[in-house]
Amino acid sequence: MKPKNAAIEARGVSRVFAAKGQQAVAALDDVSVTINENEFFTLLGPSGCGKTTLLRLIAGFDFPTSGEILLYGEDIAMLPPFKRPVNTVFQNYALFPHMTVAENIGFGLEMLDKPRAEIDARVAEMLKLVRMEDLAARKTSQISGGQQQRVALARALAPKPKVLLLDEPLSALDYKLRKDMQIELKRLQHETGITFIFVTHDQEEALTMSDRIAVMSKGHILQVGSPHQIYDEPSVRFVANFIGETNFLNGTVTKKGRVKLTAGPEIEAAGSASTGTVTVVVRPEHASLTTAAKGQLKAVVSNVVYFGTDTHFHVTLADGAGFMVRQQNSGGLAASLKPGDKVGVMIAPGTARILRD
Amino acid sequence: MAELASTADHNNAKRNRWLSAPALISIVIFGILPLLVILVYSFLRPANYGGVVWKFSTEAYSSFLFQRDIFDDTLQFTPDYLIIYARSIGFAVFTTLVCLLLGFPTAYFMATRPPEQRNWWVLLITIPFWSNLLVRTLAIMFIIRDEGLINHILIWAGFIDKPIVMLYTNFSIMLGLLYSFLPFMVLPLYSSLEKMDFRLVEAGFDLYANKRAVLWRIIIPLAKPGIIAGCLLVFIPALGAYVTPLILGGGLHLMIGDLIAQQFGSGRNWPQGSALALILMAGVLISLFFYVRNTTGKMHHG
Repeated sequence: MKPKNAAIEARGVSRVFAAKGQQAVAALDDVSVTINENEFFTLLGPSGCGKTTLLRLIAGFDFPTSGEILLYGEDIAMLPPFKRPVNTVFQNYALFPHMTVAENIGFGLEMLDKPRAEIDARVAEMLKLVRMEDLAARKTSQISGGQQQRVALARALAPKPKVLLLDEPLSALDYKLRKDMQIELKRLQHETGITFIFVTHDQEEALTMSDRIAVMSKGHILQVGSPHQIYDEPSVRFVANFIGETNFLNGTVTKKGRVKLTAGPEIEAAGSASTGTVTVVVRPEHASLTTAAKGQLKAVVSNVVYFGTDTHFHVTLADGAGFMVRQQNSGGLAASLKPGDKVGVMIAPGTARILRD
Repeated sequence: MAELASTADHNNAKRNRWLSAPALISIVIFGILPLLVILVYSFLRPANYGGVVWKFSTEAYSSFLFQRDIFDDTLQFTPDYLIIYARSIGFAVFTTLVCLLLGFPTAYFMATRPPEQRNWWVLLITIPFWSNLLVRTLAIMFIIRDEGLINHILIWAGFIDKPIVMLYTNFSIMLGLLYSFLPFMVLPLYSSLEKMDFRLVEAGFDLYANKRAVLWRIIIPLAKPGIIAGCLLVFIPALGAYVTPLILGGGLHLMIGDLIAQQFGSGRNWPQGSALALILMAGVLISLFFYVRNTTGKMHHG
């Protein structure tokens, strides 16, 4: 693998909001992260986690209280937004209502004092890229939400930014359109080769689109990794809980890689801890139900929720903890289970993980 | 069924017509009737001690531009009224421009305050309306007259040894007009700026527009409805201003409002006053027509 260039590098970035008479709030607390060239990088977290603040610092709409933001090695933290080769797709698109689609797309180039012929050519190219050639002369109020989304993308891509920032750009679209736009965004990123930094609170969106994800909470980045790493190897409870559905089991480490669960048996679990009480995570799809005699963990079915392609079984373990098993609806034992039945739970080998905290 | 429905519609329509009656009646009584009276009076002859004589005449209109020679009864061109109209228009245009220059930053400042503060700023802007315009105009007089506050302070501080004459000049009229009409500019500007989505400003900055470009290419086009409304609300009443030029101009610099008032008062020429008022109104309406047609036309072409 060739060494990657860092497009954006945040070093010890903090942003403290101090309101008069109120306690200062750190929206970002000593955040450091490196985002590589041509990467689809996602900042994922619940609202108020600081993801949008970080994006605004990169865009230049806000300035860090301390720390550096490097764009290809150059500190841009204190530059005004119009001096940064970075463009933004806003959450509600922020298209200029008094301009046509083409004027919106050409605005950035016009502000860069490009010659008219070059602007026109680039606008035509962008319209083609987002498949909006027919609507160039429309006012932005005369096109649909999905089309506005495309115009916002074209407008931000037209000046060929070094980095494209996307602030929850799909949140205003309905489900079907959102799915289409996810594919569209990946295509655009692939075709333009521009680094995308994407902010979302939707974990599914993050998992399907990103090359790498940074999970954020309360002004900190908790874990950075590929979607696989984030989903399969969560390092802390917050990440495990926020991404997908997870079972948490309490236990004590007996030796490296073995945990004695409070619900009964000793199981194998990956993780660095070699002593002490720990939390073990097991994804619902990594567990399966069997007869009470065969299972690793004894349990009683408390609830069965049918989802079409699969069924969620909520069971209660021996120590009283809740546990969820997700099984595909392919018949077998699971199909006949009902609340109150005694069952056994099997955990697929190599899937349980010990959390760091 | 269809018949029933149509009768119901008909009844509804009937009832709705009656509902609009109060509005129509007040428009007729307060809007159209006075105008008709003025229109009729303008074509009559003045009575000796005010009022009118019911004889048709276009004298009131012809005397706007021409004066009848007392000896040979010929009409001679006289620009007196035109000069007063021109001066009034000049004052009104200047007032509008300065109000716009002062009002826009003020309104922008207000619109960019935190939402919970904004109503307080609006309240501050409207405080002058709580007292009578006459009283406020007299207050300005006390501040700028030769023995007034400003001259007192300047003399006391040793900057000047003779008072600067400000009262009864074009300057004092301008100052008074500005003071009276500035809120009428600020409020509509504020309401259009307050509705503006400031993410559009961020989007402008993001797309390499500097502050000046954002102002001219984004903020001002978006505030256009407020600018148009504010300019009309200042220009039209400033054109017909009466109290301010009377008090601060000392009657030396007549404006249209004073002129019309004079015809109904000491001039005892009601037809003349009516004609002057109608000429003013026609002028305003015609220029308004072109103004609106031009500005909306531009908006269509982007």
